[in-house]
Amino acid sequence: MKARATLLLLLAMAASGCGIQPWVKPYERDRLADPIMSWERNPVSAAYTHHVLEAREAARGATGSSGGGCGCN
Amino acid sequence: MDQILRLEPARARTALGVILLLASLGLHAGVLPEDRADVLYHYYDGGGVQIDGPSILVRKSAGQDLSFSANYYVDTVSSASIDVVTQASPYSEERKETTFGVDYLRGDTTMSAAWTRSDESDYQATTWNLGLSQEVFGGLTTVSMGYGRGADDVGKRDSTFNQPADHWRYRLGLSQILTRNLLASLDYEAVADEGYLNNPYRRVRYADGSSATGYSYQDEVYPRTRDSNAVALRARYFLPYRAAVYAGYRYYDDSWGIGASTFDVGYTHPWRRWTFDVGYRYYTQNAADFYSDLFPYADAQNFLARDKELSTFNSHALRFAVGYEVPIRFTDMLDKGSVNLVYDHFMYSYDDFRDIRGSGATPGSEPLYSFSAGVLQLFFSLWF
Repeated sequence: MKARATLLLLLAMAASGCGIQPWVKPYERDRLADPIMSWERNPVSAAYTHHVLEAREAARGATGSSGGGCGCN
Repeated sequence: MDQILRLEPARARTALGVILLLASLGLHAGVLPEDRADVLYHYYDGGGVQIDGPSILVRKSAGQDLSFSANYYVDTVSSASIDVVTQASPYSEERKETTFGVDYLRGDTTMSAAWTRSDESDYQATTWNLGLSQEVFGGLTTVSMGYGRGADDVGKRDSTFNQPADHWRYRLGLSQILTRNLLASLDYEAVADEGYLNNPYRRVRYADGSSATGYSYQDEVYPRTRDSNAVALRARYFLPYRAAVYAGYRYYDDSWGIGASTFDVGYTHPWRRWTFDVGYRYYTQNAADFYSDLFPYADAQNFLARDKELSTFNSHALRFAVGYEVPIRFTDMLDKGSVNLVYDHFMYSYDDFRDIRGSGATPGSEPLYSFSAGVLQLFFSLWF
């Protein structure tokens, strides 16, 4: 039980920034903030592409976007 | 807190710990999606099917912590697909889809809700989506979860046929900054369906010596439930000369016996006001347990399918995209604009779905079906 409490405390400290320090500092994230690094640069186009694929393939889900009504039977 | 105090001490400590953990997560400031408007025209042509129409997406924030979005999407379908040609008559129809969404940012937590309604003459679907995302570890990690609930009415043209289908979706996501140049994400999604999951127009064929063609048709029969799991791992890397490469893999399986894998890779290259994208995607799946191109006789088993989306097949796809950023100087209300052209070329090859059009071949020995499709997207975007 003590171990679980310690683990929770460590997690809380880590999450609040007291424990693990971000190893990539905010001022080092300029490249990651570049639009070319965006997972979905154009949401309207990504949603359409997911729709085209989901209507033709059995696999669905885990596309990284919220998805929506398909109606593609 | 009252409830926690009433718990036995060990559980109370754990519950308090969880609350402390959750409270400590919200210490960094998140951001809402950008205000922008997109007008897209899409055109699909492949396998005897043409689909086109617009999609309009507008997103606008209200104050610092709220962002609203609305999407209107239309598919105008003209179909003479292999299924239609062999079992019915070519048709045209229209599907309209409307989505309203809201995102609420509090500290480093973004909560979102969206409602979608899809209408076509023989199919209506309503879907709710709820989402929660949280930045932790100084913004290095973003944890997200989502829940979706869909309710469909499945109909059939020129008939009083009407059946419900219900859907539940559960999502978990993790996006991680690994280095100054590398992002990775891990997504999981479970989907559960219940109700009428067939396509009411599709039928299976079975060997029938009394028929001139050697086979006859009967209605498909699907299970009334389906559960699936998908997990995807993706990475995106910033190259030293300002370009990006990405790679992804998704594994999928479901209770109908279908297993699938998706691989994709791509490259993004900006040059002055231009952005160029190339990509390749490979998809492969095996058939559902109850799929057959030709059943040995009528009612051969309790579940029957000959829907090619449930067969064994693979697909290769190539993507070419080009975007141009348009400077806007005539008004202060708009920040910038862009025009984009995206072309995808798909090649589908089926391993156990046969092309029975105009064939005099013995049933079961017709050529295997394959088709290619071109998909074009042209869209204009404005940031304001």
